[in-house]
This record gives sequence, structure tokens and C-alpha cells, in this order.
Amino acid sequence: MLDLMSGFVVELRNAGLPVSLTENLDAMEAVKHIPIEDRDAFKYALAATLVKNEQHWKAFETVFEVYFSLRGPEYNVVDEEGEIDEDSLEEWMSQQMKGMGGQGSAEDMSPEEIAEMLFRALMNADEAMMAAMARAAVTQFAGMEPGRPVGGTYYLYRTLRNLDLDGMMDRLMEEAQERSDSDMTPLQERLEREEFENRIEDLKREIEAEIRRRLVADRGVEAMAKTLRKPLPEDVDFMHASREEMANIRKAIQPLTRKLAARLARKRKHKRKGPLDFRATVRQSLSYGGVPAEPRFRNPRPNKPELIVVADISGSVAAFARFTLHLVYALQNQFSKVRSFVFIDGLDEVTHMFQDEEDITNAVHRVNTEADVVWVDGHSDYGHAFGVFWENFGSEINSKSTVMFLGDARNNYHATNAWVIKETAKKARSVFWLNPEPKSYWDTGDSVITEYATHTDGVFECRNLRQLEGFVDHLA
Amino acid sequence: MGDTMFGDLASVRDGLKDVDYLADDGIASVVFLAEKLGKPVLVEGPAGTGKTELAKSVAAMTDARLIRLQCYEGLDEAKALYEWNYKKQLLRIQADRGSEASNEDWTDLQDDIFNDEFLLTRPLLEAISAEERVVLLIDEVDRVEVETEALLLEILSDYQVSIPELGTIEAKQIPIVFLTSNNTRELSEALKRRCLFLHIDYPQLEREKEIVLTKVDGISDNLAEQVARIVRSIRQIELKKSPSVSETLDWARTLVLLGVESIDVEQAKESLHILLKYQSDIEKAAKELTVEG
Repeated sequence: MLDLMSGFVVELRNAGLPVSLTENLDAMEAVKHIPIEDRDAFKYALAATLVKNEQHWKAFETVFEVYFSLRGPEYNVVDEEGEIDEDSLEEWMSQQMKGMGGQGSAEDMSPEEIAEMLFRALMNADEAMMAAMARAAVTQFAGMEPGRPVGGTYYLYRTLRNLDLDGMMDRLMEEAQERSDSDMTPLQERLEREEFENRIEDLKREIEAEIRRRLVADRGVEAMAKTLRKPLPEDVDFMHASREEMANIRKAIQPLTRKLAARLARKRKHKRKGPLDFRATVRQSLSYGGVPAEPRFRNPRPNKPELIVVADISGSVAAFARFTLHLVYALQNQFSKVRSFVFIDGLDEVTHMFQDEEDITNAVHRVNTEADVVWVDGHSDYGHAFGVFWENFGSEINSKSTVMFLGDARNNYHATNAWVIKETAKKARSVFWLNPEPKSYWDTGDSVITEYATHTDGVFECRNLRQLEGFVDHLA
Repeated sequence: MGDTMFGDLASVRDGLKDVDYLADDGIASVVFLAEKLGKPVLVEGPAGTGKTELAKSVAAMTDARLIRLQCYEGLDEAKALYEWNYKKQLLRIQADRGSEASNEDWTDLQDDIFNDEFLLTRPLLEAISAEERVVLLIDEVDRVEVETEALLLEILSDYQVSIPELGTIEAKQIPIVFLTSNNTRELSEALKRRCLFLHIDYPQLEREKEIVLTKVDGISDNLAEQVARIVRSIRQIELKKSPSVSETLDWARTLVLLGVESIDVEQAKESLHILLKYQSDIEKAAKELTVEG
């Protein structure tokens, strides 16, 4: 047990979770109080002591499943001789089937039968049946080969392809339609559909878990844990984020911008006191017999930071741009004054689009379709875009503004117009540049980041949430 | 005391159910462990999912007094831990001067004015100096500044408060401590390390339905099911603010008051404003619900 636990904690650390020694000890202590048979309670006990960030839950769950997945003879795909242990598996299957009401054993189940039973299980939300069918489906369709060093994705794909869940969905809806007495209203239909979608999701999860269990039995815990390791949400690269990951990132941006706003406002508050307050000083001097021994100062005026964001939305940073636009939108809610500009080779102000639209997806859509950012050919031209920026909006930069440039500074060998940054830096309170490219790529090819960087207060690599947070922290 | 408070996991869940709080496995396990290990619980999750309610329910379940510290920006020692009652101290000194006979020297006086009588206890000190069982709720801990968080560390790990003039006051009993956070900022590692972590998310369909059934009087099973399903449906739409459990309950109550037996689209649309608080959200949800997705 102790070995298993320490292996588990090591794997958590490998997956990037910050597990401290105290937390490890707490976990050991906690599981003492939990009956080990109660797998769920055991899992929650470990989670409560080891995982202190909701974002890490998924990573934790994966490692947990691998380490503490049900172990038992029924999951041994391979027996000692290295042969697939068909017999014991099928025997176990048929036992399961009998338990379900004796609908025959697994050997003589055709794909059609599996589909039919699965359909019934989904229709009636019969969980035990669904689990059993997931197992049957994996046995039938996944075609798992022992010893093959693959993750579960391939097997999952094969199983799901054979099950044809989309067709299943249609059948379920038809059946539901028939069962209801009258015609369903769109609302009812929607709710029914969601209910079935939910059940099918459950089924997918069950199949995935089943495949994982068998893979663990086959390849051993460490190997599997390693294959399944995925970056934590804060380490997910903006450029390669999947849809789901992007949604997570969006959620995480909100608190970050609040923090950014707080940081920018506070920096000023701590820096200096306000001007001398003559009245208060005289009043204070009364307690020293009229000697102004203790000068009093006015409180500095609360700072209202202004933010100017200039973002590249050209093709080369398209994925990053999607993120930047979300960031800009979130910032807009936090700062008293945000002006946002986007550019490719031309430059256009988009502040009003973010302000008018309550909804971020609409706003992003409008920026992508309406903003007039193409000047000649729609290839990045930082020099020209900055020129336009300075000409039209340069006069509006003042000592309160913080200017943020977002882009990879890949300029297609045009003139850089770096003087714009220099002039901006002279007038603005601070100028930052966030670059979505890894540091090692900077200044290679047509990247001219250093030329701009010399004039800014700092260029930051910003490829994931951790780095973005680092940037926000840096401002403190 | 302490160790015998909860028998096992199941008793925690049943106990919470008796006070009308439907805990899922995760919540029950963490509450159980909190008591067993004597560790504070950091509860995180979206607004309106029953974080504060959990603390109240645990207090009700264990017959303990609930002491609540509401956090806000600018909270300091004097508001959270303890404060000397300056006015009373001053009066004491003045009274002393008044009586001619007082030849007490300063040290006596000092001992006199820095004792329990002149100490105003604030929630944290009160929680650990209480004789009876208490549940301490530190609400919205993410609102205080990072520096102020440090105030909490001593009490959370050792259940004691150090007062320079008096020495260290140790807890007479280990209170069950809940800290809630809406996750508006990252809490410090030091604080997190000392706590058990519990994330309460929007409940699953089944649980939400049960919550509606227990909390709303006179609601039919059928209606509760519909309510839970529609709310789940709305949560899947990307909104500024998803409906919380408390809003679900408000909505269910309204529907019961209106005498609705089963919800159709029109009724749903008309009462959406109870569920959602932004005009843009309401419009969006109304559109989504009418158009077949």
C-alpha cells in the first residue's frame, strides 16, 4: 500500500501537480480513516489532501484511475504465457449477462445484439447494463493487442466507430417520440436529446475507463501513467489548444484580468504619497505647540489605469489572436478605459465592437469580419500598422496609459518603424509586449522582436496561462 | 470530545440530510475527514452552490455555534482577531489618577489594563476561546489581500492566537473551520497547504432534482425533474453567469406559486429573469430554448 501510495504521489508530481511533503503526509493520515473498500471515498480523501486547485482535478483523476483502477482477474487480458485469456474473460462476461437476466452469453452475441442491448440500456438509463455493454463492446470491437505501446485513443476510436452512436442517438429520439402520448414540443425534444446525450457521454466514459483498465492490466501502471500524461490547464499552449482546453483557458482569464487591473492600480498607490496637505499639517502642529513637526500629505488620487491594447490578428498568430481577443474583452470589464486596436498590415480600432456587444463570441466575430485591417495584401506589416497607429492615435497616449502590444513581430521583412514604440514609451507610463512564440524562435527569420523590445519595459513570452500569470505577477 | 463526533462516513451524509443539506460523496468525505484530522476545509466553487450553506448545515448537524467572519478588502487584525478596548483602558487610567491614594507604579497598572477585561474578542479569537463546540466560517477569504491571509495561518495550523501582551491563547477545543472562496484570485500556497480542499460545482441532474424536492414545499416530482433538466440545459449555453442552485430554487418556488404543473416554452421564457440576471443572458437563453438546438 505504502509503495503504491508513494508511486502515486510521484506520478502526480510528474504530471505537474505541486504536491508538498505535508500534503503527502496528510493524505497518508486521511486514508487511515477511510475504509479502503469504499473507492469513491478513498478517491475524495486523496483529492482533498493532494489537489488544491480545481483545474488539476482532471489530471488527478486520470492518475487515480490508472493507479487504483479495479484490479482483478477479470481485467487480465494476458495470462502467464502471453496468450489472450479469452476463456476467463468470456466466462466472466456470461456470468455478468446471467446476472442481467440471462439474455445469453457473450460468445454468441453479434454486433447487432450488442447494439440492440445497448440501445435498451440507454433508453432505460440502466447503468449496470451500460457498464456491461461497454465491456462487451470493448471485447468485440477494440481488437486490443497485448503489448502494443499505444494509449487508449486508438482503441476508443475503433470501439466507438463500430457502435455508431450518432445512429443510436437518432433511434433513441424516435423511440422517445413514440413513447410520448402527444407530439413533443421543441423544448421537450431538446431536453430529451440532452438527456440522451448525457447518457451517451456516460457510456463513452465507461468505455474509455474499460480500455484503460485493460491497458493497465496489460502494460503496467507506470507505463500507462506516462502515456496518459497531459499538460495541466495552465501549461496548455495557446497555439495548440483544443476546443475544450480553450474553454478552460477562457474561464481562467477572468480572474487574471482582475488581478492585472488591481496590480496596475496598486503599483501607483504604493509608490509615493500625495502633495503636502497644508491644512492638516497646521492642525497637527497644534499638538506640538505650533511647531510643524510632522508634515501631513494628501492621499494620492486613486489611480485609474488606462490600457491601450494593440493586437496582431494575422494568420501566423491566429490561434493566439483568438486568445488575445478574449483577453482584451475581459480587460475591458476591469479597466475604466481600454482602447483596443487590431492590425495585420492596416490597423483599426475595435473598442466599440467590444463595448456594443454583450457577448464575446459576437464581438470576436465582428472583429474578424468588420475590422478594417488589411491594407495591401493581408500579410503582417508591423511597420505600416504602427505608422498608422502613431499618426491617428499617438496623440492620445498620456502618462496614465499602459500600452500592451501582442504579436510575434514577424514582419515579412518590411520596415520596422521601431521609432513608434520608442515615442510611445516616452509618452506612456509603461509599454509591454507579449509574444506568443517560444523564446528560442525570437529573432529568427523575419522576427524583429529585439528591435522593438529595446524600447519597451519588457517583452514576455506568453504561450500559456502560467506565463500570463507570471507576467501579471511581474507587474507587482 | 472531537473524535467521537462522527461515527463514519454514512453518518455524516445522513446527518447532513437531516438538516436538509444534500451532500454528495465528495462533500461528505471531506467533512468527515476535516473532523477526523482536525484540519480546516477550503471550499471553492461558483457562487450560489451552497458553500456557506455547508458550514451552516454542519453547525446545525453537530449542534455547534456558528461563528462567522466575513472577509472584505481592508480586513485587519483588529476586526478579525482581537482589539484592546482603548476607551475602557483610558477610563481605567483616569479613574486611577482620580483616587489620591494611588501610588501604584506603572507596571501594576499595565498588568491591570492589559488583561481579559479590556480585550475585545473578534471572531477568530472567539472561535478558539469558546468552551462549547463551534464551527468557524471564514467567508469569501479571497477578498482579503495576500498579506492579510497570513493572519489566518497561525490559527489554522495550530489553533492558537498569540497576543503580545498576554501570551498565547490556545484553543480549548478544535473547531471545525470552513473557508470559502469564489476563486477571484489564487490563494497563497501556505494557506492551501494547511487546508483540505473541496470544490463544489453545480450539482448533477439527480442531485439538483433532490435538492429542489427537499427545499421547495409542495413541488411535484414531475415539475422538479423538469426544472432540473431545463436548468442543466441552460447551463450548457455559454452565458455571463450560469444559474446557481439558489436561483434554481427561487425559480422552482415561483413556478409552484404560479401553480404551474408542467413547464412549456412560454412559461419558461417569461420566468427566465428569475434564473438569469443579465439581460443579454436572458435573451440568449430564450432564443436557445425556442429554437430547436
